Amino acid sequence: MNWIKTKNNTKLNLSEIPILTMSDLRKEIIELNKRPVGFFGKDWGSGKVRLFVVLADDKAGDLYISSAVFEKTEKSYESITPEIPAFHIFEREFFEEFGIEPLHHPWLKPVRKNQKNYRFFEMQGDEVHQVAVGPIHAGVIEPGHFRFMCNGETVYHLEIMLGYQHRGVEELMIKNPSNQLAESICGDSVIAYNTAYSNTIELLKDIQISNKAQLIRKLALEMERAAIHIGDLGAIAGDIAYLMGASVFGATRTLVINTMLEFCGSRFGRGFITVGGVNYDLSSEKIERAIKTLSKVESDVDRMVKTMLKNSSVMSRLEKTGTVSTERAVEAGLVGMAAKASGVNLDSRFDFPDKWMTELNIKRNDFNGTGDVNSRFRLRYTEIKQSLCIVNKIFEKLKNYTDEDINYGYEILNKENAKDVFTVSIVEGWRGEIVHIAMTDNTGALSRYKIKDPSFNNWYGLALAVRNNGISDFPLCNKSFNLSYCGNDL
Amino acid sequence: MFMKLLNLIIILFFPFVMIGIIRKTKAFWGGRKGASIFQPLYDFIKLMKKDFVISKTTSAVFRITPIISISSVLFAALFVPLSDGRALINIPAGLIVFAYILGLGKFFSLIGAMDTGSSFEGMGASREASFTSIVEPAFFIIIASIMAMSGNYTFDSLSKIISNSGDYGILIIIFTVISLFLMILIEGCRVPVDDPATHLELTMIHEVMILDNSAADLALISWGAGIKMLLISSLIAAVIIPHNIGTGYYALGYTLTILAISLLIGTVESATARIRMSHVFEFIFIMSSFALVVLSLVVAKMFGG
Repeated sequence: MNWIKTKNNTKLNLSEIPILTMSDLRKEIIELNKRPVGFFGKDWGSGKVRLFVVLADDKAGDLYISSAVFEKTEKSYESITPEIPAFHIFEREFFEEFGIEPLHHPWLKPVRKNQKNYRFFEMQGDEVHQVAVGPIHAGVIEPGHFRFMCNGETVYHLEIMLGYQHRGVEELMIKNPSNQLAESICGDSVIAYNTAYSNTIELLKDIQISNKAQLIRKLALEMERAAIHIGDLGAIAGDIAYLMGASVFGATRTLVINTMLEFCGSRFGRGFITVGGVNYDLSSEKIERAIKTLSKVESDVDRMVKTMLKNSSVMSRLEKTGTVSTERAVEAGLVGMAAKASGVNLDSRFDFPDKWMTELNIKRNDFNGTGDVNSRFRLRYTEIKQSLCIVNKIFEKLKNYTDEDINYGYEILNKENAKDVFTVSIVEGWRGEIVHIAMTDNTGALSRYKIKDPSFNNWYGLALAVRNNGISDFPLCNKSFNLSYCGNDL
Repeated sequence: MFMKLLNLIIILFFPFVMIGIIRKTKAFWGGRKGASIFQPLYDFIKLMKKDFVISKTTSAVFRITPIISISSVLFAALFVPLSDGRALINIPAGLIVFAYILGLGKFFSLIGAMDTGSSFEGMGASREASFTSIVEPAFFIIIASIMAMSGNYTFDSLSKIISNSGDYGILIIIFTVISLFLMILIEGCRVPVDDPATHLELTMIHEVMILDNSAADLALISWGAGIKMLLISSLIAAVIIPHNIGTGYYALGYTLTILAISLLIGTVESATARIRMSHVFEFIFIMSSFALVVLSLVVAKMFGG
């Protein structure tokens, strides 16, 4: 057995995971040719490093896991990226963290550290000019450096340098794991991160949460998705100076996050979810009010999106701007929303479904994207509609579970972790799949906590999107992706 | 004398009010309350009191730019008929002086922007220069053709279109007004050409050129941009309002025209998205084609009978 096949949200014994030599593992990866969701090292004692690989078969809903051990003297291996380009960022990260070099990697650029010594690609010529933007930007946004190589107004190449937000989240997770830490990793995906973390810890502690708590978590996740998407529609409208859109979407987003505020006391859902369930129950009055508010949200969004899609000046900005073809999206390994807009239908809610997807009768929406800003705009609209529909279904379903408990109390946190195990938990945040992988040692303490944000894959997609576009369209492309800096930097 | 004094006050204060009204209109369409229409004036006063922050990479060019740009606009204002339908300086071929005095101001704002060495400001200057190169001929075509009809090439002839051209007058007025209105949007850096409210350095045209300016420099430049809008609006007023309706009515008509233009700009800004940078040229060509229509009407009138 070269691979162990498993499902999302499962726990494995570390001893079950095969150990191959790196050259065999490389061959296996190329032969299997699946999408990478995890490719990371772990200190394996006395200078050795063990490399874990998690691949996803999205059609079958399976995960393939394997590993290889590098001896203390082994400091390189043959890169996988030339064969499967989607590995490029994973190999760069592995190199940065453990110093084991992927030979013949086409572009071994820093991911989070050592940005200072990096030389950007340069083009020569009288008409070529460089534009450097950031890491500090106008407005209240996160730090990141963008280097454009332009000919006049046309962008030939964009390089993105990140890492300015690196906080060592993975190390903190091992030292002091908590819901509060998990939800602070990426402020616009609080629910998604917290769900992934809670799932992981529940797997380790062998806790089954109640149906009611599962439903409320799902509800919060969909509300988060709707709220952020509405905000992003507003941001896109703002960037093309379409005022009406910016104000209507801004106001509508507030309705959604204020509903969240009513549910859990935080507009972004902080403190809503805890290991063992959720912290807040939803009373029937709250649900009724929420249903009313959300139906208003739906009609407002409907009206505004339709107005915008009919406005020729808006459409001329959105259409054929920042296009990422399906081919490129697959190659670059884009995930989530960015992939869906380019016609790659990845959605871990449906690829790795839980029982609720069938019970609530939720269908994958058939979105045919062309990969431009217009697609990402319309995809957001489609997802908002779907999320609000799911939310309503959950409100209905919750009536069946009124007398269930929402959590087990805080004592559950003292329960011991399983020893020497490996868990994978994938949650579809609004941006795409959020992967949390945890390992425990022989005392049951966390020994490795690996987090992958969808932005980790998708930043390169943004760089592809702006090629041959006007440099003045960059902010619009950027907003249409709205990737996370802190989720990437960890 | 009274009217001259009034005109002076108009030049000094109307630009602020005009921008204030545009912002208020945008707020109205966006469902917001919006700031007072005097806010631009308050901002001006605030900026005048602030300390300068000047980049070490700049030279004297950067320092004199705001002064030159404001004085050129103020000087140009002397040639434009304001609330009494008469310009303060009314000389033949005043148009040439008017256009090139403004051109001088613009030239300095371009090299002032380049002087900072910032890649953003260089991009802004390049955009501004290329757009101006198309706007300027169109402006000459319109105004010079109207002046040609009266034969004396003064700005006064703007308000005598009807008496000079009879039946063609109405058409000439309509196309001139459309063309000049588009020119306000372009020269005033309004949506759909530019977005004065954006904070995105990569998409700006005018705003990006003044990123390094601060305090009084910034105040003067913003004021100058407002005066420029007022001047083009005044040309529209001169074209629309008949010259023989009496001073009081003329001043009233003038004020209403400025108000209407401000409201219209605010509404256009609220209802349309900004056009793509590469399509701005097409937008300016629309303005130019209206200018050519005016020219052909004048030619038809003068030579066709």
